[in-house]
Amino acid sequence: MTWSRYKSFYLIGARNTLVISFVSTLIGCVIGFAVGIVQAIPDDDSASKLKRIPLKVFKAILRGYVELFRGTPMIVQAVFIYYGMRMAFGIHMEMWTAAFIIVSINTGAYMAETVRGGILSIDRGQEEGSYALGMTYYQTMLYVILPQTFRNIIPQIGNNLIINIKDTSVLSVISITDLFFVHKSVSGSLYNYFESATIVMAIYLLMTLGASWLLRKLEKKIDGKKHYDLSTTDTLAHTSGLVRYERQSKE
Amino acid sequence: MNQTTVLRIERLCKTFGTHEVLRDVIFDLYKSDVVCLIGSSGSGKSTLLRCLNFLEDATSGSIFFWGEEVSRHQVNLAEYRAKVGMVFQNFNLFDHLNVMKNCTLAMQKVQKLGREEAEERARFYLNKVEMLPFINAKPHQLSGGQKQRVAIARALAMEPEVLLFDEPTSALDPQMVNEVLEVMRSLADEGMTMLIATHEMMFARDVSTRVIFLDEGRILEEGPPEEIFNCPKHERTREFLHGMRILS
Repeated sequence: MTWSRYKSFYLIGARNTLVISFVSTLIGCVIGFAVGIVQAIPDDDSASKLKRIPLKVFKAILRGYVELFRGTPMIVQAVFIYYGMRMAFGIHMEMWTAAFIIVSINTGAYMAETVRGGILSIDRGQEEGSYALGMTYYQTMLYVILPQTFRNIIPQIGNNLIINIKDTSVLSVISITDLFFVHKSVSGSLYNYFESATIVMAIYLLMTLGASWLLRKLEKKIDGKKHYDLSTTDTLAHTSGLVRYERQSKE
Repeated sequence: MNQTTVLRIERLCKTFGTHEVLRDVIFDLYKSDVVCLIGSSGSGKSTLLRCLNFLEDATSGSIFFWGEEVSRHQVNLAEYRAKVGMVFQNFNLFDHLNVMKNCTLAMQKVQKLGREEAEERARFYLNKVEMLPFINAKPHQLSGGQKQRVAIARALAMEPEVLLFDEPTSALDPQMVNEVLEVMRSLADEGMTMLIATHEMMFARDVSTRVIFLDEGRILEEGPPEEIFNCPKHERTREFLHGMRILS
C-alpha cells in the first residue's frame, strides 16, 4: 500500500542518498589521500630547522582538522555549518552544497588516518628497492607506495561508503530530501511507521549490499588475473635465440 | 696498483646510538673487481652496503665514485644510485607490478626511456637471467630464486657500473641458491664490478677477486681468496672460517 502510493518519493529519497554518499565518499577519499600523504612525510632530521618548521605547522593544522571532524557528531556539524554559519556570518549556503561539504570533510577526516596507516603498513623494502634504483621520494610514493596503499585500503573505503549511505540520514536536519526524510514525511502524515520503516530499511540494505559488491569487484579488478600466462610464441622466439639483441646498435 | 678505482671508501664509520656498527672502514673497489664481504651476522656487512647506497647515512667518512666525493646532499643522488645498483636479501620487488613493469619502472622514471626501449632492454636482461617467460607474473607468483633473478635483472637493466649484493641468497631455499649464484658467476665472468655480502663461502672462494673479512665493524683481513681461506692471519678469521666448516 504505502509502497505503491509513495514509490516515487522513496526512490527519489534513495537516489539523493546515493548521490550524496557516493560523491562525498569520492571527494572524501581525495581529501583523505592528500592529508594522509602529508602526514606520512617523514621528518628529515638532516634538513635545516627552518625547512622543517613549515611542514610541522602544516601537519599540526591537518591533525587539528582530523581531530575536530572525527571527534564531533556529523549531525551537529550539519547544523553548525548550515544554520550556524548563516546566523553568525550571514553565509547562505545552498542546502545541497552544505550536504556535500559536510559529508566530504567528515569522510576526509577518517580517510586521512586510514591512508596514513596504509602508507605506514607497506613494507620498508618496497621503498628501499625503489630508492636503490634511483627513484626520488615522490616517485616512490606515486608509483610504488600509493598504488599498494590504495589496494590495501579498499575495504576501508567500502566501510566509509556504507557508513555514509546510512549516516546521510542525519542530513534530514537540514531538510535534505534523502531516504530518511521521505520516511519521516510519509510516516508523519499517515502514521504507518511499521510499513514505511520496513520499506526504508529494505532500501538501505539493498544500497549497502550493492556498495559492498561494487567494492569487491574493484578489488578483484585491481588484483588482476589469479594466474599468469607464460609468454609463448613471441617470447619463445626471444629465448630460443631466434631474436638477436643488438644492445649497442643504437649508440 | 694500476687498476682504476671505481669506489673508494675512506674511514667510514656508522653508529646506531652508542653501538658502533662500522669503524674506520677503508677500501677501494676496482673496475671488474668481485669483492666478497664475509663475517658473522652483525659484523656490519649489510650496513656497509647500505651506507654505500645511502639507504643509511654514514656517521663519518667519505665515499668517492670515480674519484669524486659523493654524499647525500651534494651529488645527484638518483643518478649515483642508478649507477650503483643494489640487490637485496628480500628481493624488494614491487609487489603490485608484474615482472616486466618491475624492470621498466625506474628506466622510464629515472632514466626517462620510452616504454618500448625500456621493455626491449628489460627483455634482454630478463633473458639473461632466464626469466623472460615470466614477464606477466606478479612477484607473489614466483619462487624465491625466480624473484631474486628478476631483482638482478631489474638492477642490471639500469646498466649500473657497480652492483652491490646484500646477502642475495640468504632468504632462499637451498635448492634455489645455485640458480642465483650461477647468474652472479656469469656476471663476474663478464667483468661486472661487484661487492657482495655473503655467507656462501664456496662461492666467495671460487668467484671473488678479493675477500674482505669484517669483524665487529672493522676490516680485519683483506686479500685474495686463496690467502684468506687457506692461511688466514688472524685468529678471529680462523674461528669464523672454522665455524663455517671451511677450515678444519
